[in-house]
Amino acid sequence: MSTDVLKPGRAAQPRAARPGARRPLPKPVLGLAGVLGFLLIWELVPRVGLVQPRFLPPASEVIIALARDFGLTAFWVAVGHTLMAWAIGLAAAVVAAGLLGLVIGMSPFLRRFTNSTIEFLRPVPSVALIPLAVLLFGVKIESSLMLIIYACFWQVLIQVLYGVADVDNVATQTAQSYGFSKLQRIRHVVFPTVLPYLMTGIRLAASVALILAITAELIIGSPGLGREIADAQSGGAISGMYALVLATGLLGVAINVVMRQVEQRLLSWHPSVRGEVVL
Amino acid sequence: MRILKSVAYVVALPLLLVLLWWASTRGEPNFFVPTPAALVDVFGPTWFEGRITGDVLPSVGRLLAGLAIAIILGIVVGLLVGLNRTLRALTEPVFEFFRALPPPVLVPVLILLVGLNDGMKVAVIVVGCIWPVLLNTIEGVRSIDPVQNETTRSYGISGLNRIRYQVLPSAAPTIMAGIRQSLSIGLILMVISEMFGSSSGLGFTILQFQRSFAIPEMWSGILVLGLIGLALSLIFQWCERRVLRWYHGLKEVENAA
Repeated sequence: MSTDVLKPGRAAQPRAARPGARRPLPKPVLGLAGVLGFLLIWELVPRVGLVQPRFLPPASEVIIALARDFGLTAFWVAVGHTLMAWAIGLAAAVVAAGLLGLVIGMSPFLRRFTNSTIEFLRPVPSVALIPLAVLLFGVKIESSLMLIIYACFWQVLIQVLYGVADVDNVATQTAQSYGFSKLQRIRHVVFPTVLPYLMTGIRLAASVALILAITAELIIGSPGLGREIADAQSGGAISGMYALVLATGLLGVAINVVMRQVEQRLLSWHPSVRGEVVL
Repeated sequence: MRILKSVAYVVALPLLLVLLWWASTRGEPNFFVPTPAALVDVFGPTWFEGRITGDVLPSVGRLLAGLAIAIILGIVVGLLVGLNRTLRALTEPVFEFFRALPPPVLVPVLILLVGLNDGMKVAVIVVGCIWPVLLNTIEGVRSIDPVQNETTRSYGISGLNRIRYQVLPSAAPTIMAGIRQSLSIGLILMVISEMFGSSSGLGFTILQFQRSFAIPEMWSGILVLGLIGLALSLIFQWCERRVLRWYHGLKEVENAA
């Protein structure tokens, strides 16, 4: 959990060791108890009649519906559509923003030149592009991609710009006096500094990409889990809808876990991941 | 001279882009992209004749109401959970799940639970925006310097005083980072909740323009949304600078050393 918090200004601060690591009951046991408690409350609320079961089916029904979904090809096809839009969009945004970020970040002129435009375009919500995407691409996967790429591009670009600005002056000058070529400098000085920032950007962008993939499917109707949810809702398959909502949540958790693992692998050399107290 | 130069830096690229846009739409008319002149012509009549009070302000009002509730609730619950280690371990997996759940899927769920009304739209924003604030508050409280905790304890500062003078200030930078995340989620949810079975509001209006192929009007709607996003982010930056003035000062001193 500690890896997911954005510190203002600085993205990849070294994290201190957790204070008070020993606790009476082991954490996984308590966590499991929390999940079970949540499911129990969810089971009881409709059963007791606080909310009508036709609006909120009990947890057991939804879990059974989810288990049934797991056996259906249509469900996995929908998951595949969502994940494909997610992966292509994320990859395109990361490549574009990474390259552009390096180019802009390494030139003080370009940084000043583009600053106002970036600050203006960044807060524009990507959902504002939904009508345009519908007009241009209809219900095809391209409309999801357009929203995903737009939203993720800024997340990654900003982090890369921060990262390039953070490159140590002494290191740059040392590389220069040792006669490093421009490419060598990017490879051996800039890149290692930028990488932690880039990974933070990619991790944030990964969850943003999922949000927009689902949004596009829900609103525009491009194929995927989001459209299945909309269909289930309008078709009155309420437990089925809740099961799909649960499935998107699990997908989100899976993406978070995988991205954190990748980040830790790639940055195992970095102090923020080595977990030493650097101060 | 120096001021002139920095002004030039600010306006040069936007001007260049507008010029490019003008030049590329000047020849044969493109169906999807209006000329800059057409957009300007359409902007005033579209938004200032009734829509600003009928659609824009109610949308923004719902957004602000939802955000305010989410921030207050998130900080209060975050403090309660963050200060109690058992509660923290108990709730962590459930909260992680809700954070990972893409907020737009809550729209159909809340339409069922609350119905199609303003309450639903505010509820969507609250339920979507609370998680970044809540989880960042928990994290901020958890990572308070233990020396600080022991100092307040040995000075006998406890209860509300401790929260007011020790816990909240030291968690503030993390909380503000969470609020910044929830701002953009809130804006997305404001638009989506109106695109989904609604008959008024900014999101509905823009989608309506698209459905009736009123292309310049649609672009002007995109512009309005962009301006709202920009305004939100500027207001937030101003607030953050005020709330965290001590923190930014501290960072500057540390960085200078």
